[in-house]
Amino acid sequence: MRARYLPVAAFAGIIIAIQLTTHFTESAYHLTQLTMTAYYSLLVVGLCMLTGYAGQISIGHAGFFAIGGYLSAFLTTHNLVPHQGTAFVSLLKKAGLLAARPDLYGGEILNVHPWAACLAAILATVIIAYLIGGPVLKLKGHYLAMATLGFGVIIYRIALGTTLLGAADGISDVPGFPLASGVEITGKASMRVPNYYAAWGLVIAGMVLLLNLIHSRVGRALASIHGAEDAAEAMGIPAARYKLHTFVLSAVFASLAGVFLTHYNGGIGPSEASVMKSVRYVAIVAIGGMANLWGALSMSLVLNYFSLRGYFGSYDDAVFGAILILIMLFAPDGLLRRHLFDDMKRMFSGDADQEAP
Amino acid sequence: MTLLSVREVSKRFGGLQAVGGVSFDVARGSIKALIGPNGAGKTTLFNLISGFLPPDSGGIVFEGTPVQGMQPFEIAALGMSRTFQHIRLFPKMTVLENVMVGRHLHGRAGFLAGMLNLPFTWSEERRIREKSLEILELLGIADSARVEATSLAYGQQRVVELGRALACEPKLLLLDEPAAGLNMRETLEMGKLIGKVRNMGITVLLVEHDMSLVMTVSDEVVVLCYGEKIAEDLPLAIQKNPEVIRVYLGEVQ
Repeated sequence: MRARYLPVAAFAGIIIAIQLTTHFTESAYHLTQLTMTAYYSLLVVGLCMLTGYAGQISIGHAGFFAIGGYLSAFLTTHNLVPHQGTAFVSLLKKAGLLAARPDLYGGEILNVHPWAACLAAILATVIIAYLIGGPVLKLKGHYLAMATLGFGVIIYRIALGTTLLGAADGISDVPGFPLASGVEITGKASMRVPNYYAAWGLVIAGMVLLLNLIHSRVGRALASIHGAEDAAEAMGIPAARYKLHTFVLSAVFASLAGVFLTHYNGGIGPSEASVMKSVRYVAIVAIGGMANLWGALSMSLVLNYFSLRGYFGSYDDAVFGAILILIMLFAPDGLLRRHLFDDMKRMFSGDADQEAP
Repeated sequence: MTLLSVREVSKRFGGLQAVGGVSFDVARGSIKALIGPNGAGKTTLFNLISGFLPPDSGGIVFEGTPVQGMQPFEIAALGMSRTFQHIRLFPKMTVLENVMVGRHLHGRAGFLAGMLNLPFTWSEERRIREKSLEILELLGIADSARVEATSLAYGQQRVVELGRALACEPKLLLLDEPAAGLNMRETLEMGKLIGKVRNMGITVLLVEHDMSLVMTVSDEVVVLCYGEKIAEDLPLAIQKNPEVIRVYLGEVQ
């Protein structure tokens, strides 16, 4: 057992403890928001990998979330019965990629199977992320922020303006996502507990992958690019390619989050693609300590949960904007940064003047 | 045997001809020094050779491969590594981690293998770590392996940068002012380390201002002035070259 997996076990323990607490206090309804929190957290840890470890900002990740969510929502709700005669649809049907279900009036509708839709959404995300990331990641700092912001706005306007995607109403009646026999990702109250565990299980799996990556040869290369890009290149590291791969990886995390949350909520609306969502994700990564996956994850857990429970009321977006401003002003390394405890020790032992290591 | 051949290389920045038609060869196993007054184009020439700048014209051939216009990481993969005039260590990483980055080209674990923590990466990581420690041992800084690299004294940081470049196991090592900012004792140490590097069979091309270092370590010296080569000779002959004395000390009226 490597040291890096100990926090994973501890985190899994916390997830179980939360579920048991809601079980014994008969407040299982909390699990709904906690499940949604899990999916947002999947996006956040992916973004943390990009921002904190590869050193690239993105204010457009809600766009990738929306690409995943909208594509799977569209494919799993768009009725293919009228097109049944076409060769393409019958080919899909033969390949077992379609699923039939009864509609409200007793008729039958034919959709793309959620698994196939999910794969299509991920594939589309990978292609779009490569196409966008290739040119955009040549930019640095503010310019990169602007460009990714532009991407986010474009996706938002497309979602809002396309009738086929439900325009301002978004897409509803998205079916559940079958996982195993009898278990599916859906908002039904009877499936609350398995959904809670499935969602957080996905987050934990994602964390394990990212932690492994950070401690690998590639992780070391990313850290070196973040620290001194020219020196990294001189060591034979193709910086542009590594940044692009990390961008695509984090886009896939965002897209997967979009796919599953859409199935869980039974729909998706354009607000999921809004710029304020992207800003919120960046704010969570920032307060979590930028290059600190655990910090980002724990902050995501707390803040998303509070937000979804409505604790921030109508000031929801303002809270995240304020967090971003305060963090940038007073703790640009984030609240949960790596040397926090060393710094605190120094502060209390009286030699606070000393420069931080 | 020529390892690196620079042919009529030129680079202009706006109205300034930084490097103008410079040619020279570096023989395998030798130590060659590039000297010249400030602004002579030494660092620009280094950047042209290592791919950080594309030359306007001319050719650079490394081991028979034309490398002009290639990306720095591609040139590094051919077996050329470099240090920087202004130390460019990776912050927030230990000395050992810095040197381990230098082993990048000797590993093959990619994104997928890294994320899945595949078994072959374990032994690869172990070899990278062992080899890096070996290099720290060789340079006499193994005690600082776990220290954050940028927190070391300046002279030590130069040694770490040298170690990181050595970790690539280059055929050609470019050292950009390895003694800049070092005191006399440290400069002497650096000279010894450069000798050690040569004994490892690595060819060295260095830019340096410290004449005592240049004259003791190098086999041949190229003198640049205003972007042009004005002399290329053995160190002793360079010291007596009237043109070189003129550009360094000014004309005797």
